[in-house]
Amino acid sequence: MSIIVENASKRFGDFQAVDDVSLTVPDGSLTALLGPSGSGKSTLLRIIAGLESPDSGRIMIQGNDTTNVPAQKRNVGFVFQHYAAFKHMTVHNNVAFGLKIRKRDKAEIDRRVNELLALVHLDGLAQRYPSQLSGGQRQRMALARALAVEPKVLLLDEPFGALDAQVRKELRAWLRRLHDEVHVTTIFVTHDQEEAMEVAEQIVVMNVGKVEQTGPPRELYENPKSEFVMGFVGSVNRLGSLFVRPHDVEILQNPERGADEAMIEHLVHLGFEVRVELVLAGGENLWAQITQAEAEQLELEKGQIVYVRPSRAKVFDRNGRPTTEELQAA
Amino acid sequence: MTARGKLGRWGLRTFALGYLAVLLLIPFGTIFYRAFEHGLAAAFTSVTTPDALHAFYLTILITLIAVIANTIFGVGCALLLVRTNFHGKALLNAVVDLPFAISPVVIGLALLLVYSRTGWFGPWLDANGFQVAFAVPGIVLATIFVTLPFVVREVVPVLHEIGDEQEQAARTLGANWWQTFWRITLPAIRWGVSYGVVIATARALGEFGAVAVISGRISGQTQTATIWIQQAFQNFDQSGAYLGAVVLALLAVSILVAMNVFKRKEAT
Repeated sequence: MSIIVENASKRFGDFQAVDDVSLTVPDGSLTALLGPSGSGKSTLLRIIAGLESPDSGRIMIQGNDTTNVPAQKRNVGFVFQHYAAFKHMTVHNNVAFGLKIRKRDKAEIDRRVNELLALVHLDGLAQRYPSQLSGGQRQRMALARALAVEPKVLLLDEPFGALDAQVRKELRAWLRRLHDEVHVTTIFVTHDQEEAMEVAEQIVVMNVGKVEQTGPPRELYENPKSEFVMGFVGSVNRLGSLFVRPHDVEILQNPERGADEAMIEHLVHLGFEVRVELVLAGGENLWAQITQAEAEQLELEKGQIVYVRPSRAKVFDRNGRPTTEELQAA
Repeated sequence: MTARGKLGRWGLRTFALGYLAVLLLIPFGTIFYRAFEHGLAAAFTSVTTPDALHAFYLTILITLIAVIANTIFGVGCALLLVRTNFHGKALLNAVVDLPFAISPVVIGLALLLVYSRTGWFGPWLDANGFQVAFAVPGIVLATIFVTLPFVVREVVPVLHEIGDEQEQAARTLGANWWQTFWRITLPAIRWGVSYGVVIATARALGEFGAVAVISGRISGQTQTATIWIQQAFQNFDQSGAYLGAVVLALLAVSILVAMNVFKRKEAT
């Protein structure tokens, strides 16, 4: 097991950032720490890196207790949201930094830097300065810099958070492919559930300093262990005590048993997907996700009266834990 | 652009230039004119007397020591103020600005109270063979005191602006404190430091009040350039005083030019 966090807690003044968190990250895996802002995910990552020290608890990296080892001796690669590029150094010198600190000989440094720049598709830009690169290029440079020292673990703090939507999408796919090539145990922090589901093999959902649930993306989506996870991982509608995914809302032309009357408020066409925004007779809002073909077949129009029923739903108890009562349409 | 707008703009320019001319350029220009009024030779003789040369040598030496001391202190103090948290930080922050607020004459008197033969440390220093008041060490102390805030105040905002992520990144890459400071922090704040050094230098060259009190004004020993100029003026050696002033002004102007070069470099 590569990274083990045992009962870590961290307080900043009155704010309990990380609250008794235990976590296991398997060797060679790609794990996402997912949660809203203030959930403690970045603080936990910084504790693993040694950039913060926990008030209590233990950190083990590859079987060694590193709780009291300073950041400079942990041999972790860390990538910051805003790149933390060394502005006064060329791309080559940025990537070479860790190797120069380790006093490797020049020929070896040059060879390794060129290898890494090729890996992150920045070959040819070695003599540029960070200010001459785009955001996506800077982040890839930061990644090469972190990988140069052959870290035991790679930690990324909202690595795509400062980039625009198109570049984000490209870099996500690219990070996953890179991980297949490099195989270093990787944890990345994100508040974007789509990003976590797309990139990670394992997702750790955090909320108010605690771990809500850990599992592969599909497991979290299909079997959320709490109301919070159901709402945060994927979209959800509330129908009284029922929690219904938008794609589990069935739209019918005629009244049927178990179906409620609703009016179509908006139709949002997103290419393949159509988002139907509905308002129930009681005034509650919900939305359904259907395909364009389905929308055409039903001949849906704004203002139309239809009938909706959940084909699948979840119920949570007062503590936000799932109950056995679960609706599964025939 | 309307006629009125144009007029307004020209009016503003004329006012700004006129204001500068009356307050700065005309007096400054007059000094140049008066320095050479009785011919170059007379003035030259008086600024090349041993006393005059010694005064300029002393000013340059003291400026060098004071600026080096305040650069080291300034960078360290700025790091302390921006990168750490400790009790008494607000106090340190306020104390650093003290020399801005206190008149140099008062600083000179305060130093005299502490270091003169009848002062607090004076007798002890005297017994151990050190003389601070009415000697070069006293002038150095006074100059350091007066120029203390300049480097700190230039470096603090730069440290805030660059943030500490680059330093954290260096640490995760294996750099220790010294390597991080030398390879990351110092290059990142270098223009701020240079700018602070330039202003501190200009200020140290021109210091009069504090030095006048603590130095004892002994010709050829503790007389700095500014004091020599004042003395020459009082002794009716006007062309000498003016030429001395011109030399000092040229030193300061070359420093200001250097500052503008730094500024331009920073902008690119």
